[in-house]
Amino acid sequence: MIIHHPILGPRDAQEFVYLGDASLINRPDGMTAGVEAFHDYAYNRDNPAGDHRELWYHEQGDRSWLVVTRNTVTHEIIKVELARDVARAQGRSK
Amino acid sequence: MSQSHRIEGGQIDRSKTLRFTFDGLPYLGHPGDTLASALLANGVRLMGRSFKYHRPRGPLSAGSEEPNALVELRSGGRQEPNTRATVAELFDGLEANSQNRWPSLRFDALAINDRLNAFFAAGFYYKTFMWPKSFWEKLYEPMIRRAAGLGSVSREEDPDSYDKGFLHCDLLVIGAGPSGLMAALTAGRAGKRVILADEDFRMGGRLNAETFAVAGTSGADWASAVVAELSTLPRVRLLARTTVLGAFDHGIYSAVERVSDHLPVPAAGKPRQVLWRIYSDRAILCGGATERPIAFENNDRPGIMLAAALRAYANRWGVKAGERIAVFTNNDDGLRTASDLKAKGVEVVAVIDSRDGEEVIDTHGRLGLKTIITRDRKGRTREIRVDALGVSGGWNPNVNIHSHHRSRPVWDASIAAFVPGAEGPPGLMVAGAAAGVLSTHGALRTGRDAAISALGLTGAMDLPEAEDAPISVSALWHVAHGKGRAWIDQQNDVTVKDIKLAQQENFTSVEHMKRYTTLGMATDQGKTGNVIGLAIMAELTGRSIPETGTTIYRPPYTPVALGALAGRSRGKEFKPYRLTPSHHWAAEQGATFVEVGNWLRTQWVPKAGETEWRQSVDREVLATRKSVGICDVTTLGKIDIQGTDAGAFLDRVYANTFSTLPVGRCRYGLMLREDGIVFDDGTTARMGEHEYVMTTTTANAVTVFRHLEFCRQCLWPDMDVQLISTTEAWAQFSVAGPNARRLLEKVVDQDISDAAFPYMGAGNITVGGLRARLFRISFSGELAYEIAVPVMRIEKGHVAGGELNGQSTALNMGLGRMVSKKKDSIGMVLSQREGLTDAGGYRLVGVRPVDPKAKLTAGSHFLEKGAAAVAANDGGWLTSKVYSPHIGSDIALGYLKGGDSKIGTRMRAVNLLIGQDTEVEIVSPHFLDPEGERLRG
Repeated sequence: MIIHHPILGPRDAQEFVYLGDASLINRPDGMTAGVEAFHDYAYNRDNPAGDHRELWYHEQGDRSWLVVTRNTVTHEIIKVELARDVARAQGRSK
Repeated sequence: MSQSHRIEGGQIDRSKTLRFTFDGLPYLGHPGDTLASALLANGVRLMGRSFKYHRPRGPLSAGSEEPNALVELRSGGRQEPNTRATVAELFDGLEANSQNRWPSLRFDALAINDRLNAFFAAGFYYKTFMWPKSFWEKLYEPMIRRAAGLGSVSREEDPDSYDKGFLHCDLLVIGAGPSGLMAALTAGRAGKRVILADEDFRMGGRLNAETFAVAGTSGADWASAVVAELSTLPRVRLLARTTVLGAFDHGIYSAVERVSDHLPVPAAGKPRQVLWRIYSDRAILCGGATERPIAFENNDRPGIMLAAALRAYANRWGVKAGERIAVFTNNDDGLRTASDLKAKGVEVVAVIDSRDGEEVIDTHGRLGLKTIITRDRKGRTREIRVDALGVSGGWNPNVNIHSHHRSRPVWDASIAAFVPGAEGPPGLMVAGAAAGVLSTHGALRTGRDAAISALGLTGAMDLPEAEDAPISVSALWHVAHGKGRAWIDQQNDVTVKDIKLAQQENFTSVEHMKRYTTLGMATDQGKTGNVIGLAIMAELTGRSIPETGTTIYRPPYTPVALGALAGRSRGKEFKPYRLTPSHHWAAEQGATFVEVGNWLRTQWVPKAGETEWRQSVDREVLATRKSVGICDVTTLGKIDIQGTDAGAFLDRVYANTFSTLPVGRCRYGLMLREDGIVFDDGTTARMGEHEYVMTTTTANAVTVFRHLEFCRQCLWPDMDVQLISTTEAWAQFSVAGPNARRLLEKVVDQDISDAAFPYMGAGNITVGGLRARLFRISFSGELAYEIAVPVMRIEKGHVAGGELNGQSTALNMGLGRMVSKKKDSIGMVLSQREGLTDAGGYRLVGVRPVDPKAKLTAGSHFLEKGAAAVAANDGGWLTSKVYSPHIGSDIALGYLKGGDSKIGTRMRAVNLLIGQDTEVEIVSPHFLDPEGERLRG
């Protein structure tokens, strides 16, 4: 597969490490959320046949974490964003 | 030996003669020959034995679809089994041997299987070797594997090297027949970056095997002229001897180039083969078509070939496959074989055209074809003496690569064949015979048009003139006759009877039929047999062929050597070692090394007179305890963490607190996963207000860094914190023992007295003017300025790989109080889950044998005294053990249920695998100096 890195352009997927569902960005606040919320966060994932937002790490590159929207059936990659931008857009800060 | 069957013409170099052997006998051939063409030129038809019935076999084809003529090439470490003689390029000195026969190819003892064929029908193994169950592994399977099979491996190291490479292009053209050449020429003349790959050593495809003209010259000459022009275009790369193996995602294709297979040994510095990864913007499959046979009784004898193969041997290689030849066809293309051979002066004694109602119903000749029996539409039979028969049942487009993304081929009744379906790999077009366009003119036209369309070119170049004969084919899959066997898949010995049996037993779906009969599951992937098999199933079930459907193909297109897939990743290069800065010094001292992750680490350094490792290790341990020892700990992961939020960041990623650590001090840190399990540990030092240095375990150096980047970018994107991995940037040594400070004082430039550099101190210093860092930390419990050898860490109860096993919590390790609940950190919440905080759960304990001479073994399980050694009584396990010269016995660490309340009690450490049952005392995991007076000294 080829991932179009927002900064570095087309890169072979072999340069990346795959983590999984991009919902891992939505970590609850440990001081306010309880075990239930963390259980969902740590263990529950959707497994769609179709578009899937997922985290890839450019380990053999610039160390960017990316959010890649990929069709799990065709492997078509619809969108690639910097995970940092996605996190900020979702209201995460410090 | 004379080349008795060599005739005039062909694209071989008769000015040179090559010597080769087959089963030890010497033969002659010419450059341009394949092993099969050269053997046929020498009158050798018998080249192999079949997989199951050990039937005598000769080549069926003249290409990579060959199911029969599989041979072993070369000998020793270069021996290569299952090579298709039809594509093996002849070289001087080639050594070839037949396979799957004993004692010889002409007399094969296991040909008895052929007589017993009634027992070996499809499903035989499933039904017969059912019981007793224990017989399968010990008796049946070894027996079957000996009897059935292909070639053998030499078991010697392959002396050749294999490489991998990466190529990029605007257009990849797969196959260099008329459509591929035309596509490459169209794109190449337009200045595009083109890669043209063909599995053959001579480009041109069928043009080299046919006699008809292109642009007023012979097809082969036209192909040569195009190849010559392409080779002058600087952006066109020609890859002959290169098979495109598969289509992968986003325009990536894999291909294997046989760089040196046509040479006795590779040239100096050259690999045997190269596995290419080709990145293409667009690709065109011009893979041509494969002729299919017709099934009739005893249609597998040496001398019976595909009709187009017969004329390829004559036209391209100047070889007549027999003295008296017949042709059996259901289409016009088969008639070309008769006319071409006649023009070459070969005697064609009969043309049997099923469209006239005549069929071949049986053949004779044990080691090679002697006669055929035909039957006309009135039922009259005649026996014709022939030694070669060309069979043509029509052509199957080579759709394989187009279906690598699971696109199903569709039936085209006009040519009675499957053609590529919709939704192939994105960016891949199909042209020529592979698309079902079965004339030369059509191939040239669709090749050109595909290139124009794929690349958005303007202005079409003129097409050279070529034949454009209409297709005339009348489907004929098998000849219904008596009770004999008619072969479909010659490599896996699948016959029409097997298809009938599958149908009777209700394995009527093509996927079930394939698995039940093994049709198409041999190394040729059923290139010649699949369509016949499913067409017969369609007949038997009264369904149409489109209703019956077809199986699809997977990479690789043809078998590929494991060596090519491995490339340079072989032996030690599979996982290269990383060496520490002191490695070469240690090697000079005669050190013994141990693999730790990717690293090679010094384990001990023997002195003269020491014959056993324990002597060296005990001496080193005691020397360190009594005086001083050094150890290279560069392998530990080191991460520089800087920024105004560095302290706050560490508070989030460590379970304990770092923002309060004073500058110039270190602290042990415990890192959890989000699920509350311990991830890693290590000491982190604060070098400045906004500057920390983290150490990780050797094994987790990469994953901890990845995790920290995840936290920084994905969880807290606005934290001002930067990370750099400096594992390789700093050579780091541990200096431990009562004399550690006295030793260091000789090399460092600063005051490192206890007052100036207290326990857990950290700072920048200089060593002879060189910048350096000093951490007063200890893994061994000694006065130390780093960590020491593993033997000593167990004495101090320090956890490592055996304890950090991905299941352990801080509580298990006796470190539960380190998890601060006053702040949010990774894993804090889930580490407090009910299941992980059970008071009776596992706790880290120390273990020593009651009898100091008794042995302990890591992996042994704790049992109460008198308890039966069953899982229900299991109390936990020993995670690591070592002999402690300081304590004078084996000691161990372990996880024991409710271990913190069992200190001082006696249990047993039981290991059923080695029959060990040792009475042990449960003690504190801190065997040595639990108050830490030594390390603070």
